[in-house]
Amino acid sequence: MTKKQIELSAEEISVVEKPASRARLVKAPEHFISQELIADINANGLDETRRGFLRKGFFSALGGAAAGLAAPMAFATGEGDPAILEKQEWQTTLGKNVATMPYGVPSIYEANLIRRESPGLTRVSAASVAFTPLQGLFGTITPNGLHFERHHQGWYNLNPETHRLMINGMVKNARVFTMNDLMRLPSVSRTHFIECGANTGLEWGNVAVPTVQYTHGMLSCCEFTGVPLKVLLEECGADLKKGKFLLTEGGDGSGMTRTINLDSCLEDTIVAWSMNGEMLRPENGFPLRLVVPGVQGVSWVKWLRRLEVGDMPWNTKDEAVHYIELMPDGMHRQYASIQECKSVITTPSGGQQLLDKGFYNVSGMAWSGRGKIKRVDVSFDGGNNWRSARLETPVLTKSITRFNIDWVWDGSPAILQSRAVDDTGYIQPSIKMLRDVRGNRSIYHNNAIQSWKLDSNGEVSNVQVG
Amino acid sequence: MYRLDKLFARLVFLGLAVFSAQLAHAQGVQGSTQFPGIGRNATPAEVIAWDIDVRPDFKGLPKGSGSVEKGQAIWESKCASCHGVFGESNEIFTPIAGGTTVDDIKTGKVASLVDRKQPQRTTLMKVPTVSTLWDYIYRAMPWNAPRSLTPDDTYALVAFILSLGEIVPDDFVLSNTNIAEVQKKMPNRNGMTRNHGFWSVSGKPDVNGSSCMSNCVKFVQIGSTLPDFARNAHGNIAEQNRLYGPYRGSDSTKPPIDRLPGSSGEGLAHAADTHAAAVKGPAALFKNENCSACHAPNAKLVGPSIADIAAKYKGQSGAQEKLMAKVKNGGSGVWGAIPMPPQSQLSDEDRATLVRWVLTGQ
Repeated sequence: MTKKQIELSAEEISVVEKPASRARLVKAPEHFISQELIADINANGLDETRRGFLRKGFFSALGGAAAGLAAPMAFATGEGDPAILEKQEWQTTLGKNVATMPYGVPSIYEANLIRRESPGLTRVSAASVAFTPLQGLFGTITPNGLHFERHHQGWYNLNPETHRLMINGMVKNARVFTMNDLMRLPSVSRTHFIECGANTGLEWGNVAVPTVQYTHGMLSCCEFTGVPLKVLLEECGADLKKGKFLLTEGGDGSGMTRTINLDSCLEDTIVAWSMNGEMLRPENGFPLRLVVPGVQGVSWVKWLRRLEVGDMPWNTKDEAVHYIELMPDGMHRQYASIQECKSVITTPSGGQQLLDKGFYNVSGMAWSGRGKIKRVDVSFDGGNNWRSARLETPVLTKSITRFNIDWVWDGSPAILQSRAVDDTGYIQPSIKMLRDVRGNRSIYHNNAIQSWKLDSNGEVSNVQVG
Repeated sequence: MYRLDKLFARLVFLGLAVFSAQLAHAQGVQGSTQFPGIGRNATPAEVIAWDIDVRPDFKGLPKGSGSVEKGQAIWESKCASCHGVFGESNEIFTPIAGGTTVDDIKTGKVASLVDRKQPQRTTLMKVPTVSTLWDYIYRAMPWNAPRSLTPDDTYALVAFILSLGEIVPDDFVLSNTNIAEVQKKMPNRNGMTRNHGFWSVSGKPDVNGSSCMSNCVKFVQIGSTLPDFARNAHGNIAEQNRLYGPYRGSDSTKPPIDRLPGSSGEGLAHAADTHAAAVKGPAALFKNENCSACHAPNAKLVGPSIADIAAKYKGQSGAQEKLMAKVKNGGSGVWGAIPMPPQSQLSDEDRATLVRWVLTGQ
């Protein structure tokens, strides 16, 4: 990669503005109809030649647009926006009944925003990742159908009737709970982010993927409901003086096991059955998962079936072969679990296309595994100058905080960055600062400042600076 | 599953008096003190059935043994199809063996982790403890049939893997009595550190950013961008964003546009063009059922390409039935040494659809 230096001077672009009057829904770019043709049709109606243009199949099946166009226009161009001046189908006909969709789904116009795999990342989709489309989300909560997925041996619809949670090890009584039991216990509801330890891991060496869905999409945030871990451990008479560690085990084929550091996680860990008001989705551990706020997602064991209290870490496969971080001296950091303070601008972000100069609400997400977000600064010139963004309330601990900042884009090239600070005083570092300490082969815990380059043609791309 | 006599023997081995086990069970029917009527005590048999983890101090390790030779036989029938005959395969998962030396066994630190000569880190280059291998293989392998290996099978497989790294000789028999000695020879046993601030919420961060607010950098250098040839490597980005509103996606099937589209989004795709993204049919089935892990349209991977299969059976009567049976029961020998595991999870209808598609493209 050759290093280029860009001058961040204003580059004036003159765009000849035409009055906006997209009279019709048209497919683009290959079937784009020129303004001239529209004006021509508006003025002269349709004849065979002009019909020929329109027969190229650019009308979607979504509305009677073609019929509408074939009819004489009620208003001449210039009088106003056809979307206002002409009656639309939904104004003039009867709509659908209640409960037509007994479990609602997003609008057909939202079909592009789905979980996606990153091509070439893994060879087996049962041990892979589907990323959350952060570029299209608002606020702080991830819709359940878009929550990222990461499985180690595929997912199942477990039968809740036969699901059991066993607690054993350094406890007075090893006990078994059914879902009937657990859901009777005093529950709490808490909003927390979950982020995979390998989120942004593809970018340690260089830019590798185009959009925020692939750079940061192993991130979600939900309100989880369940019983506090502490309640269950105390119920079983756990020896929390000697038993400083907890083995958590999943009920899937991989029998995923992780060691939890009870010194750090006992107070806010939840044994949860619900996300965002409904039961967990099967891909996210139905009917039971562990919620370990601030800790990397792999420890939020899904399909949770067993908790064992012990006096040493277990060194399981995913603590001794994966989820370890190679340092420049050849040592691996083990049990690195806290997700440090991090932020990313989601709109605009890589792969997006801005339409025009002018005002934008630049928006993104910030989170910290050590506590609350205190401040987010945003730069539009590649990190030279910074302004503090507005934090949307409530700001919750170990949860996503939404930030917004006003920006008037003058059309010149820009590099957008966000930098979060948490209430421990920790400041999100640059990728260079991280590489100086950790090299570029550690895969996990990349919480670097993200840079998005905006070109004068309105296209945004993923870059690294410095 | 444990037979009852084995269970009894194991109870004694664990030092659990039968008397106390019965007592615990008698208590189990009682409710708890704090939440009356919720939960019950686990029976000893239940704990034994589920508590299968093995720690680095070998707590939880069942008695047993297995030889390298026996391990090799199990490996070739159940493991090689994914991991390669010598644990070297990178086709599906990262390699298990390679990158360690006899010297590493002495030092307990894998030298190739520093010199970068090894293209990929293998399991043996990383794993510090034998217990980790034993626990994981017993709990989760083979990939498509977890919990099907006996403790003795597991000893044998671990022995075979260790022999690939020359940690044990080819005639070695690994058992519960010598496993702790073997652990002292692991090539990367001294390669792990917990000296970092990430284990606890109160830990000290190793890197901290800058709070500079103005004139922080003289000039901005772009050090890395996505190369032009990768522009469309993740599919058309326009179809991964809304087709209305201020933040559309760039059409990555084409070069960047030469000027701003303007506020009406002239020239860009629009909401009316939204199409359902879900692809259905045999191709989706092929991907979702993981056939694509071993078979590609035109290139040989672990197994033959679809094109090669279709060519081989072209015009043969009974090809559909023959292949449907192979998919269900597994096959071996037709295309090479690596067998295809049985795909018993598929419904008959899905099997028929997939085979028809492979043979005819329809």
